Amino acid sequence: MTTIAVIDYGMGNLRSVAKAIEHVAPKAKVVVTSSAQVIDSADRIIFPGQGAARDCMASLRSHELIEPIAAAYRSKPFLGICMGLQVLFDTSDENNGVACLGFVPGSVVRFERKPGQESYKIPHMGWNEVLQSGVNDSSGGHRLWHNIPDRSRFYFVHSYYVQPQQTDMVAGRSEYLANFCSAIAKDNVFATQFHPEKSADNGLQLLRNFSEWKP
Amino acid sequence: MGLAKRVIPCLDVDGGRVVKGVNFVDIVDAGDPVEAAKRYGDAGADELTFLDITASVEHRETIYSVVEQVASEVFIPLTVGGGVRAVSDIRNLLNAGADKVSINTAAVHNPDLVKQAADHVGSQCIVVAIDAKGVHQPGETPRWEIFTHGGRKPTGLDAVAWAEKMTALGAGELLVTSMDRDGTKSGFNLPLTRAIADAVSIPVIASGGVGTLTHLVEGVEQGGADAVLAASIFHFGEYTVAEAKQAMRDAGIEVRL
Repeated sequence: MTTIAVIDYGMGNLRSVAKAIEHVAPKAKVVVTSSAQVIDSADRIIFPGQGAARDCMASLRSHELIEPIAAAYRSKPFLGICMGLQVLFDTSDENNGVACLGFVPGSVVRFERKPGQESYKIPHMGWNEVLQSGVNDSSGGHRLWHNIPDRSRFYFVHSYYVQPQQTDMVAGRSEYLANFCSAIAKDNVFATQFHPEKSADNGLQLLRNFSEWKP
Repeated sequence: MGLAKRVIPCLDVDGGRVVKGVNFVDIVDAGDPVEAAKRYGDAGADELTFLDITASVEHRETIYSVVEQVASEVFIPLTVGGGVRAVSDIRNLLNAGADKVSINTAAVHNPDLVKQAADHVGSQCIVVAIDAKGVHQPGETPRWEIFTHGGRKPTGLDAVAWAEKMTALGAGELLVTSMDRDGTKSGFNLPLTRAIADAVSIPVIASGGVGTLTHLVEGVEQGGADAVLAASIFHFGEYTVAEAKQAMRDAGIEVRL
């Protein structure tokens, strides 16, 4: 039986994530865990997260999860969600600058409103379109976009967005105050700024694709 | 291409059952919150709001089980409000599967709760509900005041100043209900919605008074709302969520269809 571990470090809507993955992968064993051992032995890893970057990093340290996450990131199907995307980067501008995990070269910056853009609220909250890019896949689309129409809407809640240095890692882009990267992909890793677990059918399809993905 | 304006059906829950009536075709049990939530989810609702109107404290536990069941079957954002008094209530609701928690009266009695809550669980989970009523005389500059206890108790707090304060304390979103309009089906209080939407940098949900689909369009276009919330027009089957969104799209508003 496949084991999918949802990493629990006290930040975020883990139950929602676990419920959604259970819904699309009824044969998998879904565990919500903060145990390094369980993460090491799991077949697939989901790394969710909400809240502030500084708190997330502090919590990862206090749970002694950085090493197990680094090992999983290098070796098995790995899905980051929201803060679980942002903390993969070198640094975040949040909380006056936070050093993050540094797995992905690049930074995390805040949405900025210019004069005349006052009607754009921050956080960017709600359903926005994602323009897919075909990363790492000669057939044109990434496996995780399988059966999801291009420019489908997904649910977002965030005030910061990622800027990867390597543009070939961009798997999705969205438009809000900036044209920003809303998904990345590289080898066995996929990570989204939006919340697939809260994005109705398209989100469930992405989670189903992840549960079947053989990178 | 861009962010869609949201349509949010609101369900009143009492003792674990949906009240005020939900009128769906083919629904087996209209009082079952899970059934009702699924129908709204399938119909294209962008989020759902559950308002726990259970008066007795001993029945508080039932809302957790409702949230848990809904969160297992409906995969769109879920906001729960009513009776939230402490950070522990917020934690319990989030642990049960809520994505956001709405704080109302408790914020008036203890504004610091909003800050504590935002610090603990993040602003994205904290919705502050603002129930306001016009207190200006005809001919005067409009002014709205916060009321509690279902609109019976004035607080002396100016609604726009209060909205700014809640934003500064860490609210992630504001649910603005006009007590003058609630239940009247005469449309949102657009000047109130607009005044708050212009004053704060966070998203604003317009609520109270929806009777027609044109009212939803007005809430966005004239009220400046990022989302529109309605109860009875959906519950009694007058309009579907899909019809609401089509009307908004026809008016040139970006929606998720």
